[in-house]
Amino acid sequence: MNRIQSLEMRGISKSFLDVHANQDIDLTIRSGEILGLLGENGAGKTTLMNILYGLYNPDDGEILVNGTPVRLKNPKDSMNAGIGMIHQHFMLVDKHSVLENIALGYEEAPFFFPQRALRRRIRELSAQYGLDVDPDKPVWELSAGEQQRVEIVKALSRNADLLIMDEPTSVLTPQEADELFDILRRMCSEGHSVILISHKLDEIMDICHRVMVLRKGRVTGEAPIEDVNKGRLAEMMIGRQIATAYAKADIEPGETVLEVKRLDVDSDRGLPAVRGLSLDVHASEILGIAGVSGNGQQELVETITGLRSPLAGTILMHGKPLDHADARQAHRLGITHVPEERIKYGIVPNLLLYENSVLKRHRDAPFSNWIQMNYGVIRTHAGNLVNGFQVDTPSVNVKVKNLSGGNIQKLILGREISGGPDLLIAAHPTYGLDVGATEYVRRQLIKLRDQGGAVLLVSEDLDELFMVCDRIAVMFEGHFMGEVDPESCTVEEIGLMMAGSVRQEA
Amino acid sequence: MQIDLIPRQRGSAALNLVILVGSLLAGLVAVSVVFALNGVNPAVAIFSIFRGSFGSWYGIKETVTKSIPLILIGSGLAMAYKAKFWNIGAESQLLVGAVFATFIGLRFGSLPGLVLVPMMFLAAFVGGALWGMVPAVLKIRFGINEVISTLMLNYIAAEFVKFLVVGPWKGATKGGYPYTDDMPAQAILRQLPYSRISPILLVLAVVGALVLGWLVYRSRFGYEIRVIGENTHAARYSGINFFRTSVLLMAISGGMAGLAGAGELLSIHHYLSYPETISAGYGFTAIIVAWLARLNPAYTIVSGLFFAGIIVGGDAIQISMGMPAATVNVFNGLILVFLIMGDFFISHQVRIRAGRSVHA
Repeated sequence: MNRIQSLEMRGISKSFLDVHANQDIDLTIRSGEILGLLGENGAGKTTLMNILYGLYNPDDGEILVNGTPVRLKNPKDSMNAGIGMIHQHFMLVDKHSVLENIALGYEEAPFFFPQRALRRRIRELSAQYGLDVDPDKPVWELSAGEQQRVEIVKALSRNADLLIMDEPTSVLTPQEADELFDILRRMCSEGHSVILISHKLDEIMDICHRVMVLRKGRVTGEAPIEDVNKGRLAEMMIGRQIATAYAKADIEPGETVLEVKRLDVDSDRGLPAVRGLSLDVHASEILGIAGVSGNGQQELVETITGLRSPLAGTILMHGKPLDHADARQAHRLGITHVPEERIKYGIVPNLLLYENSVLKRHRDAPFSNWIQMNYGVIRTHAGNLVNGFQVDTPSVNVKVKNLSGGNIQKLILGREISGGPDLLIAAHPTYGLDVGATEYVRRQLIKLRDQGGAVLLVSEDLDELFMVCDRIAVMFEGHFMGEVDPESCTVEEIGLMMAGSVRQEA
Repeated sequence: MQIDLIPRQRGSAALNLVILVGSLLAGLVAVSVVFALNGVNPAVAIFSIFRGSFGSWYGIKETVTKSIPLILIGSGLAMAYKAKFWNIGAESQLLVGAVFATFIGLRFGSLPGLVLVPMMFLAAFVGGALWGMVPAVLKIRFGINEVISTLMLNYIAAEFVKFLVVGPWKGATKGGYPYTDDMPAQAILRQLPYSRISPILLVLAVVGALVLGWLVYRSRFGYEIRVIGENTHAARYSGINFFRTSVLLMAISGGMAGLAGAGELLSIHHYLSYPETISAGYGFTAIIVAWLARLNPAYTIVSGLFFAGIIVGGDAIQISMGMPAATVNVFNGLILVFLIMGDFFISHQVRIRAGRSVHA
């Protein structure tokens, strides 16, 4: 099979109902090149890549490989053409081994002893590109970085010349991200090409040869990386300058609001998730928790919000104990929660917006009495949230599933903040949001702090933590590696702590 | 040509109605095939069914009579299904309701009707509720699938009723038949002249369905039911008490079926006998009633009438056209299948167009 020397998408358009997801987009990539694809959520990056991967058929336009038009009607066509895609959420079977996962759909295996041939192929590819994977380990034992390498091997084993990577670093530590970039550079030197979808401007500047920016389904800029800088990229992406730092009121933290002492929590699998962790959050303060996903943050948040029982330790809210898993008790004590998986936990997609606007507060006056829901008051409340938190919706009588991710998050944030909480726990509140919505959410967190609220912010986005927080604690394998002052600490220092390699006494 | 399936962005009441009617029509077409295979002209058969149920005063009266248990049970099922609690056990909840009512009737036969009848209905509700709460507790505490447990409880209740009517409760006045003695005369519900319609029972069914409709869509309890049904994760996040809500939900759902049991006992049969006689499969037909009502308990008033009509009309064509007794079940089953398929088109849109994909 001919390798992909160049791939060209010409005049690609795609509409969903009356929304133009892609309009007349041209894209070119040559062998050995890394192309950054940048854009806000809903800018059309994923649609464009899904077209290239054969998941969608474009309404108009054509795709040429080495100058010859090709038809990509399904992912199989794309794989045969040498295009591989690595999704943000890995498509691996947890309980199967690495080898078995790669074998799934592997067509070159001989009839006899297919494992032997495949294991040899995995070894070859691993050695060639520096991809360290153990073929016989079950996938659930692997870290996110290792799983990603499995995905890459899987794509390469199918002879992918062009690799599409959708937000590949969102689950990695900074060190793992660097390793990934080394792998990508090595692949490029071997003649592969990569399309990298990302929100992170640093990454794009760091690794890409060329960058293309989409906004509202159209190409708004394309340039060799030498010709642009971060500010210029951000401008192309959102059409205006973003605030890089946020104004915060100059106030001292107040009384202790939340006090967690020597907390032990297990994960669903019964493995230790949090061990001997203590923290306190004060009024007028944002405490950030940095760390790579899966180091106990989720279990910590679930315990404080009354969704999970601790094994040991105490949680005091204004001195009153939250003694068992009871989300209502946490709510009554004044803890509100912007959950990590916002669509799974934070809303009921098939209920209407106004019905969602009181989720968790639905038992509080004036929204209901012991028997009846007060839908008049609730509709007014929902209207206020929509106006006050810039939720873009035709009315409060639409199903929430029809809102975009950013608007859903604004609604959840508004719902959780509008009651004037003593403590807001926000888990990855800007994950997957576009730049505009991200900025809005961050400002709201700061506003809450300035008004005397306490905020516990769990995030993987270091820039966000540095911009927003008063203190940052770094979590690794269930405990705090240390606490840093965002004014004086560097991203590199914190990155090392996130990887567990330096232990700094708090 | 290219066929796209797209999640539907916005629905409307008119669209729902069109799809509902379309599903029913598609169901009728499928039923027609069954009729045709039996050598019967489908148009004549379907016409005969509706003439049998709605085409005469006798038919209408019988239809209303049979709609009463369907509405009572169907509204309770609609409520349970709204929480995605798949109660398939209304048949046995009805029977246990009838057993509880019979117990009161046999034991306190000397009480005046004004006291006895409410007591019997209350007992029937409690009986159905308790029988309904068992699978709720099993599900929430032990994770046992409610479809299995409610279905299996049907057999237990049915065998228990058989045991009662041939054993301890076998009537002294029934000459060896497996019946209990008649319920006290003062407990028997009065019927409209020349019909089997009990006005009190009819009012109970209609008011019950409306109250359940209010509960689901207006009450705090109903809000929690709908949140649980649509997204259990969000229900957990918002601190909804699954145990309390599910147990209460199934108590009401089972209780409604229990009321239907007491109604059949006191209006139609007057004594407890074999389970097939007491219920005639109402607990299963009501599943389709709830579905046709789009899980809105209030709408079961209409869908209950519709399916009662099919039962009555089905009986009519059994006699007049010599169709097998299972015809009605086939009819109901096909309608349910098409209704459930119709739901797909409420949430999805199909676009067919003469399309190109990429230029080749």
